[in-house]
Amino acid sequence: MKAINFLVVGVGGQGALLASNVLAEVGVRAGFDVKKAEVHGMSQRGGSVNSHVRWGEDVKSPTISQGEADVLFSLEKLESLRYVSMLRRGGVALVGEFKIPPLTVSSGADAYPTDNEIAHIFEQVTDDFHFIPTLTLAKEAGTSRAHNVVLLGALSSLVEDVPEEIWLEVIAERVPEKYVEVNQAAFQAGRLVS
Amino acid sequence: MQKLYSGNEAIARGAYESGVKLASAYPGTPSTEILETMVQYSEIISEWAPNEKVALDVAIGGAYAGVRSIAVMKHVGLNVAADAFFYVSMTGIEGGLVIVNADDPDMHSSQNEQDNRRYAKFARVPCLEPSDSQEAKDMVGAAFEISERFDTPVLLRITTRIAHSHTLIELGERPAEADDDTPLTYRIDRTKYVMVPGNARKRHPIIEERIKELSQFAEDFAYNLVEMGSAELGIVTNGITYQYAQEVFPRASFLRLGMTYPLPPALIRDFAAKVDRLVVIEELDPFLEEEIRLMGIPVEGKSIFPIVGELDAGVVRDCATQAGLHPPSPTASPPPIPPLPMRPPLLCPGCPHRGVFHITNKLKVVVNGDIGCYTLGFLPPLSALHTCGCMGASIGVAHGANKAGAKQKNVAVIGDSTFFHTGMPALLNTAYNKSDTVTIILDNRTTAMTGHQENPATGFTLSGKPTFEVDFEALSRALGIEHVSTVDAYDLEEVETALRAALDVDGPAVVIAKRACALLPVARKDWMPIEINPEQCNGCGLCFKIGCPAIVRSEEKDAKTDRFLAEIDPLLCTGCEICAQVCPRDAIYFRDEMEIK
Repeated sequence: MKAINFLVVGVGGQGALLASNVLAEVGVRAGFDVKKAEVHGMSQRGGSVNSHVRWGEDVKSPTISQGEADVLFSLEKLESLRYVSMLRRGGVALVGEFKIPPLTVSSGADAYPTDNEIAHIFEQVTDDFHFIPTLTLAKEAGTSRAHNVVLLGALSSLVEDVPEEIWLEVIAERVPEKYVEVNQAAFQAGRLVS
Repeated sequence: MQKLYSGNEAIARGAYESGVKLASAYPGTPSTEILETMVQYSEIISEWAPNEKVALDVAIGGAYAGVRSIAVMKHVGLNVAADAFFYVSMTGIEGGLVIVNADDPDMHSSQNEQDNRRYAKFARVPCLEPSDSQEAKDMVGAAFEISERFDTPVLLRITTRIAHSHTLIELGERPAEADDDTPLTYRIDRTKYVMVPGNARKRHPIIEERIKELSQFAEDFAYNLVEMGSAELGIVTNGITYQYAQEVFPRASFLRLGMTYPLPPALIRDFAAKVDRLVVIEELDPFLEEEIRLMGIPVEGKSIFPIVGELDAGVVRDCATQAGLHPPSPTASPPPIPPLPMRPPLLCPGCPHRGVFHITNKLKVVVNGDIGCYTLGFLPPLSALHTCGCMGASIGVAHGANKAGAKQKNVAVIGDSTFFHTGMPALLNTAYNKSDTVTIILDNRTTAMTGHQENPATGFTLSGKPTFEVDFEALSRALGIEHVSTVDAYDLEEVETALRAALDVDGPAVVIAKRACALLPVARKDWMPIEINPEQCNGCGLCFKIGCPAIVRSEEKDAKTDRFLAEIDPLLCTGCEICAQVCPRDAIYFRDEMEIK
């Protein structure tokens, strides 16, 4: 099995940490050495957040260096651009179609990048760039809050070594019991997308 | 089976497996989760103290009484606890004492960068540094053994990337003898534990001798690892940097120091003799580099790697390439990105601090701020905070500025937990030395910034047990403040009236702005989004000036003014009504108007 570096990014409160916790635990159960790094504190609700997850045979650094993320897993469109320099040439970028305008955008001082602008920048790094309709699919599955699990589903189909059951099992353990079914449906919806 | 543990969780587990009985801490990023995890082990008495000095004194008391005790704090917390750190080095202990200290290179959540290995040398206390969660857990046990064998406190130093990185660990068990219920007899030894000059003079040579013995011990310490690879390059490193260096130099020779003070001179000399080029890779200060150079061994370090900020494998590789230690890697430069809108941490929707800052802006006072969520009030559009240094600084700074004769009025703004931490003596000072300082205590019923910890005003302890609740009014009066008022932080008129009155008082005054943090469960129950009436709104933009993330620009424009109207995001709005009070055109519905509507 090949070593993989995942960079999970989003906006505080969006569920980026749940996604990276699932990703790390799935790696452990698939038999990898796993390290995960993030920074807590400083009122991160509403701020930009990131979490590094590394799977490998013998992982040393818990953080991923510039240009070495194999997968950029972004729950929010603008945030994906903030971390584009972290993505390896030819790496995979999965970007949820979730738009949270920062304060300076909602007050009119700054402009939010268009989908075309975002895609154009990513095209210079990789052909493997995908917007995933996370919110739409999550709502169809039963709750918009499961948008992070939709993106995990999309990611799971790219990690062929890891059986689907492991993902479903870890997700079931990490979400509140009454939301297990909805989240598993969201996962399946994402899995079919890519 | 191996489990993923953060360094912080692993340290708590290590304390459990080492038979620790008593733990005390003040929350502070990146160390907070250590006690939050520790409290889940019912065998350990775990407490939040009002500040780090008290936490360390408490742990010292436990160690004097003969049980294994631990104090936990972030790097700047040890500045607060330094006095205790020095005396306990002099006295030694009965039961083991470990001080866990989390440095924050790159200041992810801190006001300054400092390398607390300096404190270890300063106070003659041995310093251990783990490189992952497994070592973080195991080194707690090693630290207690050293503490008891050498009659010394031990500093277990971690950094943010150890504290908040998850790596795999094997769990162990707690020794059964740790929970033996036989009552302790407090051993009295006045010569050892009463640090008056006569006794202290006898102790000082003992601790100098202790460090020499520890230096000898370090020669064979299991966590000082020598891994010989190619003789071309010998790397001396520690902590998280070991991981970065191994990733960049898989074939080099390594001396990884698990004990970074005192150092093992023979081991270092021997390693240096076996390699062609000796390089230290360490974050922050050239601590190891200086010590090695003092041994007369030629070594490089900060001439290659930065003294500022965090390292990572990429930084280590780039610096090493420039110094000719590493071949250039084929890197493609990242694509050009237009300047992106920033997304800094913000005061949340419904934050009770927002209205207070709106009023301090309106009254044009100088605001001396403090450490907590409210520090974020310095950001535009509020831009309401004019100084912020360290925990508890606000009140003393405001007093000093007032005494210096500053023309504008100075107002100190401090949170409930920070007030207990180091604000109380400063408030006493404003009463004692009589300044016209106004102190606003932002009582949001929790220690919010670090993630909602209990404190002496919340009525509960770390373990969730009910306790007394501090009465801020009575406390302020007891400290000598005659003019004290309490207001609802959501009621702007009330806040303004109280602040104006406080500013008019001759002498010091206190305003307690009370309202639970909007993210506390008790406050969430009352969330109710309000709306803007587009017929009334003319896009004046005043509501944007309070910096609430829930207020967004509408797509619609006002026909007359041609300005974009405001809109409220119902998913973010809590219904605090601060915007409704600020709106000059009554275009924002209050909660009761929403019901009628």
